Formats: sequence, structure tokens, C-alpha cells
Amino acid sequence: MKPILEAIGVRKAYANHVALDGVSLEIPEGSIFGLLGPNGAGKTSLIRIITQITGADEGEIRFRGERLNPSHIAQIGYLPEERGLYKKMKVGEQLLYLARLRGLSREDATARIKQWLNRFEIKEWAGKNVEDLSKGMQQKVQFIATVLHDPKLIILDEPFSGFDPINANLIKDEILELRNQGATIIFSTHRMESVEEMCDNIALINRSRKVLDGPIGVIRDQFKTNTYEVEGTGKLILAHPDFEVVEQKERENGHFYARVQLHDGVRPNDLLRYLIGTVEVDAFREKIPSINEIFIRRVRETMPETLLETANALL
Amino acid sequence: MASKFLLIAQREYLSRVRKKAFIVLTLAVPLLLAVFGFIIAKMASSDNDTTDVIEVRDDSGLGVASRLVSTPQLRFETTTGTLADAKKGFQKAKHDGLVYLPAGLDVEKPVGVQFFGKGNISLKKQGAVESALNKAFSDLKMQKSGLTQDQLDRLRSKVDLQAVSLDETGKEANSNALATSGMSYALALAIYMFIFIYGVQIMRGVGEEKSSRIMEVMLSSVKPFDLMMGKIVGIAAVGLTQFLLWGVLSFGVSSVVMPLLTGKDKPKTEVAAGTTAAGATAVVVADDDEPRSAGAQFDKSLESQKQQPVMTGRFKAFEMLAALPLGTILFGFIVYFLGGYLLYGALFGAVGAAVDDQTDTQQFMFPITMPLILSYIVGVSVILRNPDGPVAFWMSMFPLTSPIAMVIRLPFGVPMWQLALSIFLLILGFLGTVWVAARIYRVGILMYGKKVTYKELGKWMFYKG
Repeated sequence: MKPILEAIGVRKAYANHVALDGVSLEIPEGSIFGLLGPNGAGKTSLIRIITQITGADEGEIRFRGERLNPSHIAQIGYLPEERGLYKKMKVGEQLLYLARLRGLSREDATARIKQWLNRFEIKEWAGKNVEDLSKGMQQKVQFIATVLHDPKLIILDEPFSGFDPINANLIKDEILELRNQGATIIFSTHRMESVEEMCDNIALINRSRKVLDGPIGVIRDQFKTNTYEVEGTGKLILAHPDFEVVEQKERENGHFYARVQLHDGVRPNDLLRYLIGTVEVDAFREKIPSINEIFIRRVRETMPETLLETANALL
Repeated sequence: MASKFLLIAQREYLSRVRKKAFIVLTLAVPLLLAVFGFIIAKMASSDNDTTDVIEVRDDSGLGVASRLVSTPQLRFETTTGTLADAKKGFQKAKHDGLVYLPAGLDVEKPVGVQFFGKGNISLKKQGAVESALNKAFSDLKMQKSGLTQDQLDRLRSKVDLQAVSLDETGKEANSNALATSGMSYALALAIYMFIFIYGVQIMRGVGEEKSSRIMEVMLSSVKPFDLMMGKIVGIAAVGLTQFLLWGVLSFGVSSVVMPLLTGKDKPKTEVAAGTTAAGATAVVVADDDEPRSAGAQFDKSLESQKQQPVMTGRFKAFEMLAALPLGTILFGFIVYFLGGYLLYGALFGAVGAAVDDQTDTQQFMFPITMPLILSYIVGVSVILRNPDGPVAFWMSMFPLTSPIAMVIRLPFGVPMWQLALSIFLLILGFLGTVWVAARIYRVGILMYGKKVTYKELGKWMFYKG
């Protein structure tokens, strides 16, 4: 699908450090895009450039093929990691104000606020001051403020922080629903399980550079290590010309769990054939690396030698 | 975008005007001023209306006692008997003092005259008695040198000094120093207070936005410059509303409450409550020698036909004010009021953006408040005394001091070229400070958890957008 947003060779430098260095991305329309990276990698800098809070030193951002400009503000919604609302303002007025700043008319905004407050079953909060709400309630209000103007591109920075599991689930469903209605979502988070669950594409940024991107399935395939998990009864020999048992755990009643890595050119059926001849197989499946594992591996790989040593010494 | 700027200004305005504190303050200040004014008026009138009775025991044989002239405030009564009796007697009679002229007093060298009073003797009372005695003795001396009473009377003359100021073109205008400096003082105070009160509000507003972490949401919708200017303009509107309401309410309170409080028999003791609040008020001189503050309510005196002496006084005051270059003053006041506020407002906003913690504001507040306080202090002391001197000139040119320094000079008359140059410099200064402030603001509002130094601020100037 045509990308809703493209970043081309974006560079951003501050006084003492380079935050982004030649970052290029394509975000397909109608997808959930995971923007990953360790703290300080440059994610927030990239988001601030996309939301036009700051500008890039070099390179450019295109929104639907057009160079990003203030007219796009109405089509972008942003939930920053640092949440905040005017504490002494009433919920309804606050939502109205923020929506109108995003270019909505008073009438449209009022109608949509009503609709969203009903949807979240928090209609009775409209007249309350924000400071009288609990933190979770404030987060809900802030989420509504982000999506109220029906943006085509929604940027969510750690959207689940501050929510209990029930409300986190509610927000997750809303995000998926927004995607189904055609919105594109950029999703920046450290919670890898939600990335795996929700994202269609991801990009990994480390030390101001993009180190990995693409559809989540393709990336997983890339990082496969030709390793299989076997569960069964009996005893596996540890050394074999075709494969290597990376890990083996004994369980009660002669059961075992093992991870087996195949050597190059060996196919899973070869392993299965061998297994059938020697043990009773209960389960056999490919070990697909989790995004978390890929994340850690990639971050380590792209670390300079000296830092890697320190990191290893610490671990 | 203009509409966003207006939305921001509107929010800043409404969120403040609807606060309870705003309403309470707006109502309380005129009432307090009215009460305060009433108390001062009461005290002033009781001071003027009571007559001090001083007994005189004259043993000198020079006839001094008969020459002491009584005034409405001071009445002399001769008394007889021994000194000890007189001392007890004046206290019993609830009189205020006793002057004792001992026997053998020398006219040339009157030493040994005593004044007994109940408790402590006020300087004012002592001065009044002294001057009455001085006059009596000098009369005596002059008569001794051969002048008749008639000649003496003719020698006395009462000089009423009429000050006339010449403007550049040589046109004459009645000048009244009190009216002029009163006007200067009131204008300077209004600007000073406005900048201070509402400048600090801008700073705190930015600080609140920063600490509530709403900045990022706002900035993804609007430009930092719009956000800053929206706030400055919105708060200015709050300030103008408050000042206007204070003015109107003070006028209302003073015209309704004051006559009730002061009573009908003492129409002379009206004191305008709006002197400090209304801004466009001044201390004027009514009648010959009674300084009295009158607000913008000169026309009020027209209500009552009975208040004849007040009316003439008011008209005189009005005349004197009218003689001032009112058009220039009004124009200048508006320019410096708004220009000064915008200039300082931008700086206050920048300070609010630069610091994380309200307690850290001190180090950055100092260079901003310094010229403001300085121009006020120097203004009401040096400039008011010498409105055309070099201090006055330079301070009224420098944009950080000119809003106060120039309005002090305005009622005294300022050459056109100086006014034009000063306004030009003020506009330059305003653009400069807004440029600097906007840059500090833009970087500062997204900077958290960092102790900012001046060096750091300097770097922010040159960050690219």
C-alpha cells in the first residue's frame, strides 16, 4: 500500500549529540507501525519532527507524498509519553479547546466529544476539573483528546503506561478499531508483547540510526536461527553431524524438552526422521525468535565494541 | 494561524477571569480603597475641624498675649493667677496647652518662654504656637522702631504665586506642580503595577503548563510563538479588565458610599478612592491650600449645588489638568503601557519557560525586575524633580526603562522628537526581546529536569527550528 508517511534521510543534531542520523522510513497507510528502540535512541526526536514540534536539520518528511507542513496538523494526532492536561480546566472544555486547536469547528467538536465520552462511559466527567480525576481517568481523557479530530495518522508514545490491565485492553481494542476504520498508527513502546500482538510493521532505531525495519513476519523469518523445540520421552544424544542440541531439560517420567539447532543445509524433516527413530515425540515446532530477542540482539550488534564489552561485563 | 492565536488568548482570558480569586479581588480592592480613603478623610477632617485652645499666662508686661492672633485651628486665651494654678487650670478646663511668658522678658532676646502641654506636644502644635509668638514679637519690635499699627498692616502682603510654564513654542500654560507630578506619579505607578502583577502571571502560567506536561500536546497543534503571544495577550486582557473594573467600581463606590459615610455637613472631605487603581487619576490641588486627591470624578461635584466651595475647587483642579498636554499624555500612556507590558511580558514568559521549578526563577528574575524597579524608584525621585535632565532623557530612551521614565516626563511636556525616538526605540526593543524570548521559550518549554544557566540560554538562541 502507498505509504502515508515517508522519512527520507532525516538528520537532527543538538548541541552535544546527534539524535537522528540519516533515518529513512516508510509507513504504509492503514497499518500499525511499531517504532522501537532503547531509551535515548532518537525515537522521541523523530516523533517530534513528524508532529512538527521541531524541524529536521537535513532530509524531509512526506505526508501522503507532500512535504510535511502545518496544514497536516489537523490530520495527525499525538499522544506524548509525557502526558499532561490543564489541571484546572473542565474535561469537556479542555477537549473542546484541544480539538479546536486541531482545526475542528465548535459544533463538530462538541458532537464528537459527546460521542467519545459515551463510548468510554465517562459522560458524567465532562463537568469535572481534570485535577479531580484519577490518573487512569486522565489518561482516558488524554487518549480521547488525541483521536477526537479523527486524525489519519495517530502517534502513540507508550500508550499503555498508567493504565490497569482492564483499561489497557480497552485502549488496545480502540487502537485496533481505529486501524480498522482506516487510520494509521505509529506506536512507540518498550512493551514487546504488545508490539508482537498488534504491529504490522516495525522499525528499530538504535543510537540515532535505523538498524532494522520491515513487516513483522519478514523480520522474524530473517532472524530465524533454524532452531526447533522438541518435547518427548526418551533420551537425545547431544552430538550429531546434522544438528546440535543447544539445551536439554529433563522432566518427570522420562520426559524431556530440548532446543535443537540444525546445521546449514539440514531440513527439519531430517531431524524429525531421526527423532522418530530414537524417541517418542510429543511436540515439534520451529523456534521463532520473539521481537524482544530480535530487539536485544540487534541493539547489541549495533553497539560499538567498547560499549558492548561494558554491557557484557554488566550482564 | 490567527484563529489559533485567538483561541489561546481566549482560553487564557476566560480561565483567569472566571476564577473566584479574580472576582473576589476585583470586588475587594475598590471597597478596601474606599474604606481606606474614608479613614484618611475622617482623620484629616478631624485634624482640621478641632480647635486647640491654648491658655496664655503673661507676666512679661509687654502685652504679647493681646497680640497673639487666633486662627480656626488655634485659639489663645489669657489666664490669670499663679503659674501653679494655671498649670492645673488648663488641664481641668480640657484645654490643650499653656504658654508661660515670664516676667522681665526681653523683646530683643525672648528667652525663657515655656509651653506646657498635656502629655507629649506634637511638632505641629509647637510649630503653630511658635510662629504665633514669633509674629507677636516681631510686631512688637517693629512698633518699637516707630511703625504704627496701620503701617504694619500695610506692610503685610499675601503673595499667591502663580506658576506659568512655557512650552516649546512659547505658549503660556498654567502650570501646577502638584497636578503635574501627581499625574506623573499615578501613570508610572499604574504601568509599574500592571507590568509586575501580570508579568508574573505570565511567568507562572508558562511554569504551570510546563509542570503539567501539556506543552508537547499544545506544540503539536500550535507554534510556540503563537502559544507565547496568545498567553501574553490573553493575560493583558485580564489585566485591562481588572483595571477597568477597579476604575468603574471605585468611582461607583466613592460616589455612592462616600457621601453617606462622610455626612452632608462636611462635603469638603471627599477623597477619591480610585486614586491608585483607576490609573488616569491624579492628585490635584483644590482651593488655595488644601491638597486633596480627586479622582476622575470631577463632574460628580455637579450633583450638589450646596457644595459651592468644593465646586470651585474642582473646577480649578479640572482647569489645571486640562492645561496639561492631555492628548499627548493619553497617547503616550497607551503606547508605553502596552509596549512596556508586551516587552516585559515576553521576558517573563521566557523565564517561565527556561526553568523547571518555580523556586529557580529568582536568578533569572533579577535582571528583568532590576530595570523595572530602578526606573520606578529613579523615576519618582530623580525624574519627577528634574524631568528634563540627562537621567530623565537617557532613561526615557532605553526601552527597558522608558515605559515608566517617559510617562513620568509626559505631563511636564516632552519635545516631539524625543517622544518619537523613544517610541521607535521601544518598538525595536519590543521586537528584540520578543525574538530572544521566543527562542528561549521554544527550547525551554520542552526541556525538563535540567538546571539552566545563562550560558545554556545563550546557546538556545542559536538552535535551529
